[in-house]
Amino acid sequence: MEDLSLHILDIVENSTMAGATLVMIHILEDQEKNVLQISIEDNGRGMDPEMLRKVRDPFVTTRTTRSVGLGLSLLEQAAEETGGDLKIISSRGLGTTVKATFQADHIDRKPMGDIGSTLTALIAGNPDADFVYRGYLNNEEMELDTRELRAELGPDVPMNDPAVLKFIRGLFKKQGNS
Amino acid sequence: MGKLKVEDLKRIKESLKGTVNLREGQHRVKITVHMGTCGIAAGARKIMDALFTRLEDSGANDIILTTSGCAGLCNHEPMLTVEVKDSAPIKYINLDEEKVLKIFDEHIMNNNPVVDYALSLGSETTY
Repeated sequence: MEDLSLHILDIVENSTMAGATLVMIHILEDQEKNVLQISIEDNGRGMDPEMLRKVRDPFVTTRTTRSVGLGLSLLEQAAEETGGDLKIISSRGLGTTVKATFQADHIDRKPMGDIGSTLTALIAGNPDADFVYRGYLNNEEMELDTRELRAELGPDVPMNDPAVLKFIRGLFKKQGNS
Repeated sequence: MGKLKVEDLKRIKESLKGTVNLREGQHRVKITVHMGTCGIAAGARKIMDALFTRLEDSGANDIILTTSGCAGLCNHEPMLTVEVKDSAPIKYINLDEEKVLKIFDEHIMNNNPVVDYALSLGSETTY
């Protein structure tokens, strides 16, 4: 993965595959503490303790199309390369939270990349799920909640309508956050 | 700051007027970009971005763009599947932005599949 926004896209795809209807993505950069934290919280089907113990192993996956599962292992590696770590909290039936912590100014810390592009791809691919994004990066705050969009636009407008996606893309471009 | 504002939402509502809603089954073409870990690492999001931009420029409102997971052909990523209504779906492999734009112009807009980039034509198995 070239940047952190691609890792986020990958991990959130896990969430939607696990049946999540709501995924909350938080990014917080604390320049004083020199810490960058990414947390992804979903209400998917979660993992039992046995799976949770094994899930960082790249040769463990629930999918059947191939026998390796690299997503979490790659994110853990990206975090550990900066002296940070990856925490996974999960319970069966309740959901999973993945928290990656990075040393913000570490030379091996991957750039954030294009969050707007990640969110657009997620919303286009999973129009029935809701996504909440809260980011605090470079002293700039950014927030997007598809539940608000849905409430305002009404039930007849799907989230993958081209006009909605175009708007979301534009929102992030305008902020220079991409 | 970067938050949805009421006037933003009004603007979307305005731009939706008169457009056809792309509900499942109402579209002419469905494009699926494969977004497993393998696809993402190989550049699937760039493919998606290129398609979004082309789609916006074309003004077409009968095309749906969506994603799926790993198809088990990780060495051929980035991949996408084009389903034109009443035609067999076609899987394209080893894509880059240039190839995707050609597929958009020829297959998606003019229903003329780009055979050179397709996974296979008429074979029994895909791998």
